[in-house]
Amino acid sequence: MQTVYDLANPDRFDRFARALTPWIGGAAAALLVAGLYLALFNSPADYQQGDSVRIMYVHVPAAWMALMCYSAMAVSSIAGFIWKHPLADVAAKSTAPIGASFTFLALVTGSLWGKPMWGTWWAWDARLTSVLILLFMYLGYMALWSAIDDKARAARIAAIACIVGFINVPIIKFSVDWWSSLHQPASVIRADGPTIHGSMLTPLLLMGLAYSLLFAALLFMAMRAEIAERRIARLESAARAPSNVSVT
Amino acid sequence: MTKRSKRIFFVGALFGVASIATLLVLTALKGSVAYFYTPSDLAKLAAAPAGLLRLGGLVAPGSVTFADGGEAIVAFTISDEIASTPVTYKGVLPDLFREGQGVIVQGRVGADGVVVASEVLAKHDENYMPKEVADALKAQGRWNEGAAKP
Repeated sequence: MQTVYDLANPDRFDRFARALTPWIGGAAAALLVAGLYLALFNSPADYQQGDSVRIMYVHVPAAWMALMCYSAMAVSSIAGFIWKHPLADVAAKSTAPIGASFTFLALVTGSLWGKPMWGTWWAWDARLTSVLILLFMYLGYMALWSAIDDKARAARIAAIACIVGFINVPIIKFSVDWWSSLHQPASVIRADGPTIHGSMLTPLLLMGLAYSLLFAALLFMAMRAEIAERRIARLESAARAPSNVSVT
Repeated sequence: MTKRSKRIFFVGALFGVASIATLLVLTALKGSVAYFYTPSDLAKLAAAPAGLLRLGGLVAPGSVTFADGGEAIVAFTISDEIASTPVTYKGVLPDLFREGQGVIVQGRVGADGVVVASEVLAKHDENYMPKEVADALKAQGRWNEGAAKP
């Protein structure tokens, strides 16, 4: 029987991810189509925002994923740092560009919503600023990986940066409660239950599920590409120095 | 101590130090991280601030007046239910601006205590619902039930 521990073997993970990716990707595509149809065509306009509320269905799940990806990256970084397992490093490294893309999407769609609703594209309030910092942290993390040639060393240094940066995640989540801000407080993940009507919550949660599956499919693809890349690099260096073949 | 438990300790210490550092920075920044003041914050100050400030609160019902003539000057009062501040503004208002709506204005406090705003932003709250539901709630008199604090 396969356990999580067996999957930590890159070869086994590769076979597992290859078999699973089309199914997850297919489910993500189907949910995305259904979610977008409900969000854009088959859900009510908001009593205040009118049709601008439809931006929310793309924006809010993207912001959730921005935080989720960073948390996943921090967990992988901690595992990779403590147990020195290359697959954890690969997972952390592969999560970064996906998380950065979701963060960028959240910032852009938020800006598009802000102009008609607030009256401005951008404001330096606590929520918007902390999310912009999150984007820079993703980019800095990616830059660290590409600046250091030795993979093990890059993984160690990037992991430390990622763990320190995790402090920003609770700050983003609670920024709207701790400080007066232009951005509204949470509507779904809050102690006293959602303040969003059921007819709008359904498409929102559907989009959230679609984004999560999309993340899983993209992550598997990126991780397999990274594993293949490392294998090629290893073969190349083995071809240059035939006596020094390492079997991993 | 094994190498692995050393690394576990290092991660713990790293996170602890980073948390404490962040906490100290945020405590030091307490006042300046806030995006706006409320009218009661302003009332507590001994002297009106000289520079630009942002003031947030609800547009007091019945306080909005538009000046006659060619220029679109609007005057209204921002209130946080404890204190209120009069505001004048010349320019385009956001779509969500209306009486009872949360707004944030940026401007200077004049000698007469009136804020001359150069920018007016509308704040949106955390409530999302279709128009029919909002109308039904209003008709049943349950409109502000469970409303979050401002």
